[in-house]
Amino acid sequence: MSYCKQEGKDRIIFVTKEDHEAPSNAELIADDPNDPYEEQGLILPNGDINWNCPCLGGMASGPCGSQFKEAFSCFHYSKEEVKGSECIDNFRNMQECMQRYPELYPQEEDKESSQAEASSSSVSAAPTEGSALPPETDSTPATSTSDSTSLIDNQTAS
Amino acid sequence: MLKCRTVWKKLAPLARASSTVCRQNVRRTGLTSSRIPACVPVAHMSTGPAGGGRENQLYILLVGAACVGGAIYTYRTVKGDSQRYQDRIEEISSRSYKRATAEPATPIQSEPSAVDATETEVILEPEPEAAPSLEPEAAPSLEPEAAPSLESEAAPSPEEPSPPAPDAEVAVPETTELPPADEPVVEASPEESAEPAAVPVVEEEPSPPSEPSPFELTELPPAPVVESEPAAAESPAAEPTEPQPEVVAQSGGPAPDSLKVPSHTPYLLIGGGTASFAAARSIRARDPGAKVLIVTDESDPPYMRPPLSKELWFSDDPSVTETLRFKQWNGKERSIYFQPPSFYINAEELNGAENGGVAVLTGKKVVHMDVRGNKIKLDDDTEISYDKCLIATGGVPRNLQVIERAGEEVMKKTTLFRKIEDFKSLDKVSRNVKSITIIGGGFLGSELACALGRRSTEYDLEVVQMFPEKGNMGKVLPEYLSNWTTEKVKSEGVKVISEALVKSVVCKDDKLEIKLKDGRLVKTDHIVAAVGLEPNVDLAKSAGLEVDSDFGGFRVNAELQARSNIWVAGDAACFYDIRLGRRRVEHHDHAVVSGRLAGENMTGANKPYWHQSMFWSDLGPDVGYEAIGIVDSSLPTVGVFAKATAKDTPKAATEKSGTGIRSESETEDTATSPVASLTLAPTVEQHQDEYGKGVIFYLRDKVVVGIILWNVFNRMPIARKIIKDGEEHADLNEVAKLFNIHDD
Repeated sequence: MSYCKQEGKDRIIFVTKEDHEAPSNAELIADDPNDPYEEQGLILPNGDINWNCPCLGGMASGPCGSQFKEAFSCFHYSKEEVKGSECIDNFRNMQECMQRYPELYPQEEDKESSQAEASSSSVSAAPTEGSALPPETDSTPATSTSDSTSLIDNQTAS
Repeated sequence: MLKCRTVWKKLAPLARASSTVCRQNVRRTGLTSSRIPACVPVAHMSTGPAGGGRENQLYILLVGAACVGGAIYTYRTVKGDSQRYQDRIEEISSRSYKRATAEPATPIQSEPSAVDATETEVILEPEPEAAPSLEPEAAPSLEPEAAPSLESEAAPSPEEPSPPAPDAEVAVPETTELPPADEPVVEASPEESAEPAAVPVVEEEPSPPSEPSPFELTELPPAPVVESEPAAAESPAAEPTEPQPEVVAQSGGPAPDSLKVPSHTPYLLIGGGTASFAAARSIRARDPGAKVLIVTDESDPPYMRPPLSKELWFSDDPSVTETLRFKQWNGKERSIYFQPPSFYINAEELNGAENGGVAVLTGKKVVHMDVRGNKIKLDDDTEISYDKCLIATGGVPRNLQVIERAGEEVMKKTTLFRKIEDFKSLDKVSRNVKSITIIGGGFLGSELACALGRRSTEYDLEVVQMFPEKGNMGKVLPEYLSNWTTEKVKSEGVKVISEALVKSVVCKDDKLEIKLKDGRLVKTDHIVAAVGLEPNVDLAKSAGLEVDSDFGGFRVNAELQARSNIWVAGDAACFYDIRLGRRRVEHHDHAVVSGRLAGENMTGANKPYWHQSMFWSDLGPDVGYEAIGIVDSSLPTVGVFAKATAKDTPKAATEKSGTGIRSESETEDTATSPVASLTLAPTVEQHQDEYGKGVIFYLRDKVVVGIILWNVFNRMPIARKIIKDGEEHADLNEVAKLFNIHDD
């Protein structure tokens, strides 16, 4: 059973699993998705890309940042049947640039660009509030927020 | 030039003497000739036999020698001038093809503290320096003006932009009138002696002769230093009013590391740590093609600090001190550097880079900041102007007064731990000594104690930790938890001495003796002092920025702005947190969050500090916690605990989430599917382990201002939400339910 002790100003409560099974009645204030102060996800409320999203890692800020931005923007706003089909040149530029910096953009560039496309479509479907994308503490260039486990694993420190 | 003066001075009395003697002789002869019969005592006359002749000869010899010397000098100067003229003409013609390198060609310039004015690249007047006298005049005349701006010991004589009328007034021992030159300064200060320059210095020249040189020279120090890139060189040359001298030759003379520092950068970040890097990234993300210059006095590019007291110590790699890479729990390796060197561009290429970039200037300290003029000065007197500036200078470790006063011997055996080099040296020390004492019971001290305690068995090393509080993390954790933590630290192999106030430290027989106030004596080989951080506010004085008296650090507003165009982030920023009030935070994630926010605000976002940063600590494999907000043990707390199973350890948390550092899983919303499935044996109930896992709420006026997640991981977003709401909750147990502490 749960019990409680008081040590000076500090209160200690021990709880069992059963005690915590009932749903909480603590009230939390609903979040405003358009709150400008909050950390935004990859896609801003107005539909633009948040280049400062931690999920992008260093992609938008590195030496190939401008190429990446062009390619990704083109893809994001693409209205084609096959999304991004007209952006091949942009992606090629980006790839060429990245090949110049193998240290920063390790081998799986093809995978990265395709992952990036995959992630943007999945992320745009569910724009998350800042809590899901908390501040980065390191700068592994993770390009996707989704299930790119292998990508993350394979990326060496950068 | 000085030589001439001294020579002249020596000659002058002689000359005077000889002339007076001559005059006297004349008078005497005149007198005697008019009054022959006068009985004049025998006087030594200059024109007399024997002795007189000798003196006479001496005088003639001396005067003759002086004249000959003067003639020789004049001849040499004329020759030299014409030679130099030839050289200059050649250089001018060839200059358009090549880019000037910074190597100071002449010895004069290789000043240890070469100043912006002195230069190798010469923008010269095409007109000849025909007059030897001009140079001597120029030398003294320009020197007084040059003196404040030029630091050269050998007397440099800036090459005279030749006046239109190069009168060859050769007169070594006299001053000559300088013909009206384009340099009024020369006229303005008709110096006395024609001291020839000892070594003529190749100086920069104003291309348009209309600019009076004192103006230029006095302008030089305040004026931004121009790059020596061809592009930059052209534009100043083209500018009619600003004939700027070329870029400074860096200290060290013609060394290969003499960088060309850009004279202006749109974004200047002072300090090369976590906050600075986060800001650089933020700026680059938001301002396409931004040019960011990071200036740091460390010799390393930006790196993260937490592994220096944690992961790096647990590495199996013997060369870890060199590689600074660490293997995470899941085998993934990374370096402590945020980015490899190829990420950054060279400082001199910054202005020319088409898409901008981030440049890091290492080994340079900013010593002066001119807020009105929007520029800073480095320790080698380079000036860099900026549009927006971030101060992210962090801090320096505090030291105990007793240690500082204890003398050189003790200081040599003391480590103040903060940087990569401290890690390297402590690693070396730990392998070579028998006993290390850590003074300080906070985050750093406890983490280092645990890390070293781990090594104590391998290396036969005694690890002692002493602090004035009652238990580890005494200022952070409530007492019961602090005591529990201390027991855990002890089980890591650390000798913990609590309630220890250091009274004195002496070095005896190559060992340190620490005497405590209560009389206890601790003998050890090496001390690590982890007693806090002193925020680095050196620039506050010159910049006129406010320093907070309560928390230390630069006082900034909620948007991290100190003044227009100046922001402060990281450990050095005392900022206003809208939710929690004014504070200063010394944690890694705060550096990232504040750095990023500062970067956003520097690019026009105008956002206040809103996203609460978190921090974490691991004390061995069994104890780990994440925390957010104000976590001060003096506040009333409410702790809700469940019994811990083996699954609730930091190690398990990282394995499950498939990432190495727990911070990664929190920040880079990475893989949710576990890399390695957990196969843990059924757990043994640890009866003494009362505080296995839980949540601790810190309250201020009944509002939750801080939360610790004790061995409960990946729930930081909920904690952040609770703090953000800032609500008064009647029953915190209900709030604790939100965390599902019993689940994994």
